[in-house]
Order: sequence, then structure tokens, then C-alpha cells
Amino acid sequence: MAEAAVAKKQGMTFGKNEKKLLVDPLSTNNPITVQVLGICSALAVTTGMKNSLVMAIAVVFVTMFSSLITSALRNAIPKQVRMIVQLVIIATLVTIVELTLKAVSYDSYKQLSVFIGLIITNCIVMGRLEAFAMGNDPYRSALDGIGNGLGYGVILMAIAFVRELFGKGEFFGLKIIGASPEYWVDTAAEGSWMGWYQPNNLMILFPAAMFVIAVMIWIHRAWKPQLVDVS
Amino acid sequence: MGELINIFIKSAFIENLALSYFLGMCSYLAVSKTVKTAFGLGLAVIFVLAITMPINWAINTYLLGEGGMFGTDLTFLRLILFIAVIASMVQLVEMVVEKYSPSLYNSLGIFLPLITVNCAILGGSLFMVSKEYGFAESVSFGLGGGFGWFLAIIAIAAIREKIRYSDVPAPLRGLGMAFLLTGLMGLAFMSLMGIDLAAFN
Repeated sequence: MAEAAVAKKQGMTFGKNEKKLLVDPLSTNNPITVQVLGICSALAVTTGMKNSLVMAIAVVFVTMFSSLITSALRNAIPKQVRMIVQLVIIATLVTIVELTLKAVSYDSYKQLSVFIGLIITNCIVMGRLEAFAMGNDPYRSALDGIGNGLGYGVILMAIAFVRELFGKGEFFGLKIIGASPEYWVDTAAEGSWMGWYQPNNLMILFPAAMFVIAVMIWIHRAWKPQLVDVS
Repeated sequence: MGELINIFIKSAFIENLALSYFLGMCSYLAVSKTVKTAFGLGLAVIFVLAITMPINWAINTYLLGEGGMFGTDLTFLRLILFIAVIASMVQLVEMVVEKYSPSLYNSLGIFLPLITVNCAILGGSLFMVSKEYGFAESVSFGLGGGFGWFLAIIAIAAIREKIRYSDVPAPLRGLGMAFLLTGLMGLAFMSLMGIDLAAFN
């Protein structure tokens, strides 16, 4: 595996391998569409782009620092209790995120409700700790954490873009298209060229996120055939 | 009693953890390739949910609340304590099952550690807090939620076993199809949302 090769070289350099750690999770090793990790929150919070952005930032923060801390402690953690130790590290970070969000943006905190807490069980975090941070040095683990957090965030934003635009006719909360004068394109106005448009309410429901992810996987795999499931 | 049955039915069908809230999706998608493995994981989830829910209820009421042992509001410790309870319960269940039923352990073995990071378990506990359930209600909610999750994973595994023989476009095979199917099942479960359980009493 490429990951093992990276581990041998030490030092704080930023070369090809380090760049790979950051860039790979964005496409060929994407946490959501390829590794199938962290689906729950991807479905729940993607009805609006603002919430998705908050969630993505929170996850990047947690993946980065949990990888860093776990990797720094990796030789001191006994193998039998490593799950609990990892979970405590993650839970502490998530509590920090939760309280910060509560103080800074109470609206987002209310809307994201239990899903901020559920970052603890977001398999991306645990998965990367097990697969990477337990066997690599802190600097590269942190890079890997950032890369995976970003890969997750990119997909999250893409899903949210589709769902928010077609479901509510909004973009980051800006009103784009809808049946009232508040919207940029007012479909209810007399003689409007978009008079036929109806918002697709299905997009706001949970199952729509499933369909959007399925279509994204379809496009991604048609573009990169080596990812196709052969079984 | 009637109310407890109501909570059971509600959490199993109307507010199904897997198909209405889409919790526990990672293991749901990863382990649903065959009915046999899905059955094992489903049973383990029922078991762990039903055990952790009352314990977390007790911790939340007697340790963390303002009326609890320490007399102050310690709810910021909730996440850490809940996940510690879940992780240690899973470990305990694993050891007990290994000692008393090696055959069950062999069929569940690999899935038990997976359950720690199944968001249906932690999510269930957090929902229990936000719904302000009592002790008996939380047991019923745990059993019902676990049963609903069990049903959902069995159903998708059965469909995925059959769909392997269908002519699906190559890039959509496997994972893509699983997402589409789950979405369709979620739509089907939404039709249960309108059921008014008060009518049965």
C-alpha cells in the first residue's frame, strides 16, 4: 500500500507523497463515494448549503486534530483499549466543536441538533484513525485527516447545492427562484418566462440525498472505471 | 402498557432509525451484501440498543442533570459518557457472548466491534434525551428502534441478493444500486408517517 511507503520517510517535508495524502481523498479515494464512510450526516444536514459548510468545517477540524493526537499517542495506547481511547479523544474534540458552535452560531447549532454529536460515530474519523493514524507520524496523519475531511466536505457541499437549489430554490440562503417577489426569478410574476417552474419538494426529504449520492457515484465511476464494483 | 407498545411500534416503523432518519448507514451499506451477515448484525444492534438505552438514561438522569448526584448541570459531559458506555457495553457483550455461546459469537463476532461506531446507537441515546423519555419508555424505544433497524437491514440485504442477477449499468453496480434502493425504501417508509397511534388506544 502507498500508505505504508509514506510511513518510512520521516521529517516535515511537503513532497509528492504528502500532496497525495491531501488530494487522493478528494476523488479516487473519496470517503463518501468510494470508502462509504460517514453517510449518515451526509444525508441529514444537506438540505441547505450553510449547514453543510458548518458541518464540513466541524468534520475537518475533528479529523485533523483526532489524527494528530492519536498519532502522537499511538505508541502509548494499549491495543485492547484503543477503541475507547480513540473515542474519548474524538468525543472531547466534538464537545469542543459543539460548545463553540453553540456560542458562535446558535441558529446552526439548533438546526444541526444531534448531528454534531454524531460526528463521534462518523466512521470517517474512526476509520482514518484505525487505517492511518495508528501507523504513521503525527504530521502525515494530520494531512491525511485534513484530506479526508475535505473530501467529505466537497461531497457534502455538492449534495447540498443540488438539494437546496432544486428543493427550495435557494443558494446559500439567497433566494434564487420561487413563487414570490422576494426571489430573484419570480415565477408567479405576470408573463414570467419561468412560469412553468415548480420547486421539487422531494429534494428536501431524506431519500433525495440517497438518490443524489447514487447519481454522483454513477458519474464518478463512469469517469473512473477502475472504481467499478466487480462483485 | 399501551403507551409502551405505542413507542415500540412508533420507533420500529414510523420513526425507523435506518429508513426515516438514515442512521447507522455505514454498517448498513457495508454489511448488507447477504441476508445471513445482515441477520447477525441486526440482532447485535437490537441487543446493544436495548442495553445501552436504559444505562444512558440513568446516567443522564442521575449523574448529569441538575437534580442528579452532583447537583450541577454537567450535560456537556454527555457525549463522552454516552460513547464510553456504548464502547464498554459492546466490549462486555462481546466477552459474555464469547464465554457462554461460542456459536453465536462466531456468527456475530466480527460485527460487534462495528456497532460501537454505528450512529444508530449513539443517535438513539441522543434522541431519547431530546424526547425526554422515562426509564420504561427508553427500554421500549431501544427495543423498537433496534427491531426497526433489524428489519431494514434484512430487507435491503434480501433485495441486494436478488438484484445481483439483474442487468444494472456497470458504474451503478453494487454501491450505487444500494443507495438507490435505500432511497426508494425510505420513500416507502414515509407513507407510514401519517399513522395516528392514538386511534388504537
